[in-house]
Amino acid sequence: MAEAGAATSRARTSEVRVRQEEYAGWRLSAPVMLLVIVLLIAPTIAVFGLSLTDAELGSSEWHFIGVSNYSDLAGDRTFRISIWNTARFVLLVAPASVALGLGLALLIESSVELKGFFRSAFFLPVVSLTVAMASVWQYLMHPTIGPINQMFRLVGLPAINWLSSSDWVLTGLAVIGIWQATGFAMVLFLAGLTAIDPQLYQAAEIDGAKSPLDRFRLVTWPMLGPTTLFVTTVTMINALKVFETVYTLTEGGPAKASEVLLWTIFKQGFTYLQIGSASAMAVVFIVVLLVLVVLQTRVLDRRVHYS
Amino acid sequence: MSAATHLPGSCRICRVARLVVLGAAALVFLMPYLWMLSTSLKPQSEVFASSLSLIPDHWSFLVNYGKALSRVPMGRILVNGTVVCVTIVAFQIVFALPAAYALAKLKFRGRELLFGSVILGLLVPIHALSIPLYAAAKALDLINTLAILVIPFVLSVFAIFQFRQAIKSIPDDLIQAARMDGMSELGICWRVVLPNIWPAATSFAVFSVVAHWNDLYWPSVVITKTELATPPLGLLFFRAAEAGDDYGALMAATVIATLPLILLFLFAQKAFIEGVTSSGLKG
Repeated sequence: MAEAGAATSRARTSEVRVRQEEYAGWRLSAPVMLLVIVLLIAPTIAVFGLSLTDAELGSSEWHFIGVSNYSDLAGDRTFRISIWNTARFVLLVAPASVALGLGLALLIESSVELKGFFRSAFFLPVVSLTVAMASVWQYLMHPTIGPINQMFRLVGLPAINWLSSSDWVLTGLAVIGIWQATGFAMVLFLAGLTAIDPQLYQAAEIDGAKSPLDRFRLVTWPMLGPTTLFVTTVTMINALKVFETVYTLTEGGPAKASEVLLWTIFKQGFTYLQIGSASAMAVVFIVVLLVLVVLQTRVLDRRVHYS
Repeated sequence: MSAATHLPGSCRICRVARLVVLGAAALVFLMPYLWMLSTSLKPQSEVFASSLSLIPDHWSFLVNYGKALSRVPMGRILVNGTVVCVTIVAFQIVFALPAAYALAKLKFRGRELLFGSVILGLLVPIHALSIPLYAAAKALDLINTLAILVIPFVLSVFAIFQFRQAIKSIPDDLIQAARMDGMSELGICWRVVLPNIWPAATSFAVFSVVAHWNDLYWPSVVITKTELATPPLGLLFFRAAEAGDDYGALMAATVIATLPLILLFLFAQKAFIEGVTSSGLKG
């Protein structure tokens, strides 16, 4: 009798506990739920909605025009140049900074001397104000007084119009992009390297992997697989968002040679005030990001698995 | 045994080679900073004399830095940046911590939905949402206010995601004991959970400050007044006000705008690297 009573009261307490937890959960996350709706879900829906209209900033009149904005984009010369330039920029910056980041991480991790100094030196560009450092690079890359071209001249190379010729501007911007992204890739690789179990190296040595190159090929590279994939995706996403340097140095020029996606969206929306078609571009941007992330998760699930 | 002994570098020549290669690379990476400092001290004539000397013949410190501080209200701009960044971080943590705790430790209906929207938030950057956010800001008459530099960022799904991971590793017994002591759930958040996830909180704070100190996109959408500019935008205004190629003054302005974050970095390197690494994203 007494035992049954205790059991019921225990059951009742646990029921009360469940209800309390439910209530507490809601109360604690309610502010965030509200913010998610206001700052995330509503604007996302609005971007999709706006992309189906001919809305303009400052004009209250707008019409539903279906997918016209999207079909217009396909034929829009500026937008096509912009996509093409962005892709080229990503393909210039991502592989180079991932490779450099990996190389630097391996070199830094291979011994203890000045480890901290080197790590900080290569990481410094990551935390430096991009607009400020872009101005510095503009001076470094100045066609006549810039130190880079002066050094080129000293060794007999021709001077290059890094940021003011349409042939070179994307390369110039990519140099700045690589300079900024390398340290970031490096610290991610350093984290990945320290996570590798040292016993694996001992095992590889016993199996006859004597040279450093063998050890890299048999242990380091395969164990770094997931890190490499992650670093590559993140570097690509960051490169896709190139904006600061373009705004500061070239404004998309000369002759649209540095027109990139975010700059095109920014101008279309906030200079030309065409928020309908700018929204369509933003949707394309979101889709590209989604595709990259989905690809990353897919590859991560299927191929890079060791457990 | 550390991984170090297994990678190339055990022989003396290898060690010297490592130092030479890394030293040369570091010199290249630090070159922009050297030139920035050097040029900010040079008079106009020396900048255009095209010499590769880093040490100025005549020092022009006062002229260049004087211009940098007077053409735009540089002090005000640095204060704006600090106020905006600190306010953003404070709000982000105040909102994210309770939600992250609820997601990690409490069972309630809607938990999966909330977590799903957090993941959505990780994917969609502010750039893509700037158009409706701008329209809303304009309708609410918030253009050219410091508040609008803060509002879109008070929700950080990064913070929720990272805090949730960190809170999961706190033992349930600890939380249960706090409940036994009669602590409220919100009290548990701030007095039990926060001290236990302090490293995650500081590294997030650093990540957030770096991201928002650097952000140019949103400020350039909503701010047109120089006295409300944050450092990146302030530099753009400075560049616009400074006709011609006065690189000495421009470099002085870049030194002033870059220095706060670099000093912070040199003092708190570990938190910086962890913050930017764990987020996986910059800006």
